[in-house]
Amino acid sequence: MDRSTDQQIIVSGLGGQGVLLVSRILAESAILKGFPVLTSEDHGMAQRGGTVVSHIKAGRFSSPLIRPEQACGMIVLAPENLPLHQHFVGPGGWMAVNGTASGENYPDRNLFAVDADALCRKIGQPRAMNLVMLGFVLGKSDWNEFAPSFFCNMAEVCAAVRERFPEKVSASAIPALECGYEAATGG
Amino acid sequence: MENKQLMMGNEAIARGLVESGCAMATSYPGTPASEILSSVAALEREFRTGMHVQWAVNEKVALEIAYAGCQAGLRTAVSMKQVGLNVALDPLMSAAYMGTKGGFIVISADDPGPHSSQTEQDSRLMAMAARIPVLDPDSPRQAREMIEPAFRISEAFGIPVMLRPTTRVCHARQDVASGVIVDLKRRPAFEKDPARWAATPKFRLKLHGDLERKLSEIAAHAPTAPVKLNAGPKRRARAVVASGVAAAHLKEIASDPDLTDRFDLYQVLQPFPLHAEFIEEMGRYDAVLVIEETEPVIEMQLADRNRVQGKLFGPVPRVGELLPEGIESIVKGFCKMPSNLRTAPAGGRRPTLCAGCPHRASFFAIRKAAPRGIYTGDIGCYTLGLNLGAVDTVLCMGAAISQAAGFYHAYKHTEKPPDIVAAIGDSTFFHAGVPALIDAKVQNAGFVLMILDNRTTAMTGGQPTPAASFGATGNPLSPVAIEPLVNGCGVEFCRTVDPYQVNETIEALKQALEFCRTRGPAVVVARRSCLLERGPEAKAERIGIPVIVSDACDGCGYCIKHFECPALVMSGNRVSIDPAVCTQCGVCLNVCPKNCICPA
Ligand code: SF4
Ligand code: SF4
Repeated sequence: MDRSTDQQIIVSGLGGQGVLLVSRILAESAILKGFPVLTSEDHGMAQRGGTVVSHIKAGRFSSPLIRPEQACGMIVLAPENLPLHQHFVGPGGWMAVNGTASGENYPDRNLFAVDADALCRKIGQPRAMNLVMLGFVLGKSDWNEFAPSFFCNMAEVCAAVRERFPEKVSASAIPALECGYEAATGG
Repeated sequence: MENKQLMMGNEAIARGLVESGCAMATSYPGTPASEILSSVAALEREFRTGMHVQWAVNEKVALEIAYAGCQAGLRTAVSMKQVGLNVALDPLMSAAYMGTKGGFIVISADDPGPHSSQTEQDSRLMAMAARIPVLDPDSPRQAREMIEPAFRISEAFGIPVMLRPTTRVCHARQDVASGVIVDLKRRPAFEKDPARWAATPKFRLKLHGDLERKLSEIAAHAPTAPVKLNAGPKRRARAVVASGVAAAHLKEIASDPDLTDRFDLYQVLQPFPLHAEFIEEMGRYDAVLVIEETEPVIEMQLADRNRVQGKLFGPVPRVGELLPEGIESIVKGFCKMPSNLRTAPAGGRRPTLCAGCPHRASFFAIRKAAPRGIYTGDIGCYTLGLNLGAVDTVLCMGAAISQAAGFYHAYKHTEKPPDIVAAIGDSTFFHAGVPALIDAKVQNAGFVLMILDNRTTAMTGGQPTPAASFGATGNPLSPVAIEPLVNGCGVEFCRTVDPYQVNETIEALKQALEFCRTRGPAVVVARRSCLLERGPEAKAERIGIPVIVSDACDGCGYCIKHFECPALVMSGNRVSIDPAVCTQCGVCLNVCPKNCICPA
C-alpha cells in the first residue's frame, strides 16, 4: 500500500462541530508515525457557530496553510461548506461529505457522502458526528478507495487517540470512529 | 532523543518562557494570544517552579506588573493581543526609555485578516514607535526558539524586547521538541536609582539618547541577523525578503519546481531595528520584493526606493492576510512569470451566540424594554448581539459605557432623547468599564448599563475574571464582586437579575430606564454562567425546560430572524427544535408572537 508521507488535508465545518478535535487527532497520528506536521486552526469568534476550516499538513512543509488545489482530500462536516472549500482539493482528490451531496459539480474529484448525523445518533452519541466522519474516511482509505491512500490508517489513529487523549475522550471517540469505519467498509 | 510534542504556537511560546527561566508571566486574554498564559499556567501547575502566573485586570496593569519584576532583576514576560498593546502602550513607551535589568519580553499577537479583532494593526510598528527591538517568528517551533535570544538581547542591552507572532503562528500546531524547565534561582534585587527608574524630563533626554545608541548596536546583533534561505541564482538580480509566517509560506513556494533559484530568499527575524549590514546588502540587487504582514515595516527601512517593491510601492496588498496563493502569484509576477491567482469564494456562515446563551436572553429583554433605543456594545461573545439588532456600536474595550454617556450628552438638549442601553461583559467591565462608569456618574449621564455577568471571559476560552475566587493556575484569590464595585462608583440603582427570567429582566430594565431619566446611570447585572463553564456555580444553575413548536406554527420565521437560537431550525414550512443542540433553557417560550413555542 502506498501511503505517501507528504499530504495536505482540509477539515471544514461549523464552530462547535468538532473540527479542531479531528485536526488534532490527525496531527497526533502523524507525530506518532514520526512525520513532521503543521496544522492551522480557526479560534475565537468563528468558533461560535461560524464557518471554520483546519489545514493539516503531514510531511515536509513549512507553511501552515494549504494553497488551492494542493489538498489531497477534504473532510466536510457541514455540507453547506462544500462550495466554499472545494477549491482546496486538487484533481483526483477525495471529498468526504456529511449528509447528502452529489459529485456532479466536481467531476474531477471523488466525492463520498454519508449521513454521519444519523449514524452518531444511532450509537447514542449525537455530538460525535466529527469522529464518525473521520472513521468513514479511514474506512474508505483502508479499503483502497483513495489514491494515494490517507497518511495513516484506522489502527494508527486509534492508537493516537488512546495514547494522546484523556481516557474520557478516547472511551467515546473509538466507538464513533468504528461506527464511521464500518459504514465505509460494510455499506 | 528529541522529545517531539504537538504544540500550538501559543503553547510553544509558553514552553520557551519556562525553559528560559521566566519568573513572572502576566496577561489579559485576547484572541489570538490567550493560550500563551494558560499554557504557562498549565506548565507551572505541572512543574511548580514557583513562577508568578496571573491574568491581570487589563493589559496596562499586566505590563506594569511584569515590568516591575524585570526592574527587580528577574526574567519576566507579558502577553496580549495587538489591540491590548494599545492599552499597554503608555507604560511600554516609558519602559523603553528606562530599560530593563532582568530580561523583559512583551508578546503582542497580531491578527491579519482580521479573524477575531477590531483592527489589523501591526505591533512591529508599535515597537518601532516605542523604539524597542521586535522578533517575528514564522512557526510554533521558531516562536519557542526566539524566546531565549529575546531574553538575551533584553539583558545584554537593557531594553524591553517584543515578540510579535501572528494568528497563523499562535494557532498553528506543529511537532516541537521540548527542552528542560529552567529555574534560574535569581533572587529579586531592586537597586534604587531614581535618576533612571523615576527620571524627570531632564534625565529622560539622556535616557532617550541611550535608547537610540542601544538600537544602533542591536542593528548589528549577529544572532538575530536576517538569514538566507536558498542557494539562489548565480547572479544577484532579484531578492525576496520576508518575515513571520510570510517567510514560512515563501520557503514552500520557493521550492516549487518552476520557482527554484529564480531569486535569493531572505528571512528577516528582527524586523526592527533592521540590521544595517542587511540594508546595505539589499542595495546590491537590481530588484527587491518585501513580503510582510501587515504594515511595510521592513520595506520602510530599506532605503533605495527605486529598487524596492512591497506594500508602499508595488504589488503586495496593504490590507488583509497574505495567503500563500496570493504570495505565489506576487512572486511569479516579480520573476516575470505568468501566474493565475485562484481566489477562494467568499461567504460562509456568520458566528452566533450558543444555543441557550444567557446573553441572547439579555439582548431580547433589552429590545423589549427599550425598543427604539440606542444600544452601545462592547468586546466579547456578546458583540454577537449585533445579529439580534441589540448592538449598534462596538468601538473598543470598555467603550460601551463611555459611548452611552457620549450619546446621552449629544442628545440631552433634544425634545425627546432616546433611551440608551449599554451592554458590557463582566471581564470587560473590570478591564476598562470602571473608570467610564465613574465618569458617567459624575457627569450624571442618563443611560442604563447592563453588565452581562457570565462569570468568565468566555470568548477567549473561559479565563477567570476578578470576581472569580481563583487565578490562572487555579490558585485561590480574593475576589472583587461586581455590585459593591458599581455602588462604589456612586451609582444608586443596581439590580441583579437572572436573564433566563425574561419578564423579570424586562421589568428591571424598565425601572432602570425610568430611574436614569432623572438620576444618572442605572445598572442591571444579568447573572448566569456561560454554558461552557463547568464550575459548581454553573452546575447549580442548570435548568431543563423542554420546549416544542406547536402545529400552529406557520413558518413566519420571526423567532429565527429575531432570536437566532441555533436550536430553532426551519424544517419544511415550519420551525422545529433540534434536540441535539437545544439546551432546554426555555427562553424561547417568550419569543413567538403567536405563542407557538410551548413547554413540552
Ligand atoms: S415558532 Fe412562531 S415565530 Fe417561529 S416561525 Fe413559528 S410562528 Fe413564527
Ligand atoms: S429552549 Fe429554546 S432558546 Fe433555549 S436552547 Fe432550546 S430552542 Fe434555544
